[in-house]
Amino acid sequence: MLCNLCKENEATVHLTQIVGDKMQKVDLCEACSKEKGVSDPTGFSLADLLLGLGASQEIEKAAADGVELKCPACGFTQSDFKKSGRFGCPECYQTFSDGLEALLKTMHKGTKHAGKVPAALRVVREAKDKLKTLQKKLDKAIAEEDYEAAAQLRDELKHAKEKGGQVSTS
Amino acid sequence: MNVSEFLQANAGAAQLHGPQDRIVLSSRVRLARNVRGFAFPGWAKKPERVKALEAIRPAVEKLAPLAGAFSSAMDDLTALDKQILVERHLISREHAAKSTGSGVVLNRAQTLCVMINEEDHLRMQSLLPGLQVRDAWQAIDKIDGDLEKQLDYAFAPDLGYLTACPTNLGTGIRVSAMLHLPALVLAEQVNQIIQAVNKLGLAVRGLYGEGTEALGNVFQVSNQMTLGETEADIVERINKVLNQIIEHEDNARASLMEKKPKMVLNHIGRAYGILANAHSISSKEAMNLLSLMKLGVDLDLFPSAERSLVDELFVLTQPAHLQRQFTEKLGAEERDLLRADMVRDRLRQVARPVTKPAEGGKGPAENGGAK
Ligand SMILES: [Zn+2]
Ligand SMILES: [Zn+2]
Repeated sequence: MLCNLCKENEATVHLTQIVGDKMQKVDLCEACSKEKGVSDPTGFSLADLLLGLGASQEIEKAAADGVELKCPACGFTQSDFKKSGRFGCPECYQTFSDGLEALLKTMHKGTKHAGKVPAALRVVREAKDKLKTLQKKLDKAIAEEDYEAAAQLRDELKHAKEKGGQVSTS
Repeated sequence: MNVSEFLQANAGAAQLHGPQDRIVLSSRVRLARNVRGFAFPGWAKKPERVKALEAIRPAVEKLAPLAGAFSSAMDDLTALDKQILVERHLISREHAAKSTGSGVVLNRAQTLCVMINEEDHLRMQSLLPGLQVRDAWQAIDKIDGDLEKQLDYAFAPDLGYLTACPTNLGTGIRVSAMLHLPALVLAEQVNQIIQAVNKLGLAVRGLYGEGTEALGNVFQVSNQMTLGETEADIVERINKVLNQIIEHEDNARASLMEKKPKMVLNHIGRAYGILANAHSISSKEAMNLLSLMKLGVDLDLFPSAERSLVDELFVLTQPAHLQRQFTEKLGAEERDLLRADMVRDRLRQVARPVTKPAEGGKGPAENGGAK
């Protein structure tokens, strides 16, 4: 079996991963595996290797008909992404957001962050979440014609908005 | 103070043992973080990388758990220093290749290591011996919590922590453990295990052959997906899987000793024979044979051996660790000679393996030979 990357040497390192119900397999020779950081002590990333093997197309497809996108903050372009499988700066996620979701689907469990949030942002998010829950409850109360509860919820919502407003305008 | 001197001066502070460390060599949790306003290190020009390093390094050094840490810019380290950090699994090969604009901070106990301007602005990791992925997560979570008060992290509510490579996006977490699985390899069951683990969205790294053999029978299990799940869920899933693998390896050891004791004793006896008598040995061969000797120690076949002896030799036989004991630059052949000398010397106090475990009971049902 030949190495997927250089297509020259015999593959001795075999990597597999299953995302959803799709099995992904990469076979590499020793030299390529070293170069690609397969021996990185913190663990290798198969999706990262697949990026080099064509998965980055999602980003290109997204703007195939237009001019090449370029990040206004750092000057990074789509072809740069194709070359390295890396973005140029945090703003690039905004710049290249069009093809991003399709790309993320090929490598992650979901496309929305579910983990840790920096404490400063957590306050804002909690206030927003509270507003959402109250609004839902209010809609339900109205739908069920429970006007007493609806009136109370409307007060609560108004109160939360005033309080939350102060936090989120920062 | 160079890396070697730092490691030696703080050898006493290093934690050597952890739960289940017969099978789990180490647990590690790494977080990737970036700072708003700077391009990612792979795209930033040198002056920008230097500026980012100057902003990040003091913030890291200020952290309480890193008091008395070793802190250095990568261009102040010698090639040997870098290689020693790689062999200790403290920094990546990629980071070792960096110079101006990158740095490393390592605590005295060698349990926390922060790489600055690797692929991301920050790659911070917590490393503990044995099965301690939960503790490792808590330790690094705390560091991250302290650091976010000083640095403006690149974070988006929907996408989480923004990383140079989209494969790390979201939590930026990689949880991994190094496992020593000689019995699963000898019993030819390791492939099944790897496939089962793959199905859970985790990756197993095995080198050489069809994934059946790993150098020194050491395998690494790690998560691959970082977005769409909480850190705690990822840590718990890996923890559960690791416990299952430990159980399989234990079962494989017991069943091999019951059904094929001669095969196991033959491998271990030959490994000892070569290690104790060779005059030239490569680091690859040494690792594979030391793995078998470690299995022998676990099975109580070397009553006179210190438990940590084999683990120490695993590290000390690596090229840079050998090199640092000598002033002139060694070639590969010279290293093989010196490696063999060191191993022979260390094994002089270790008697050859008994043919029945010292505690008796589980061993082969024949009359033992030399004791
Ligand atoms: Zn190759
Ligand atoms: Zn950019």
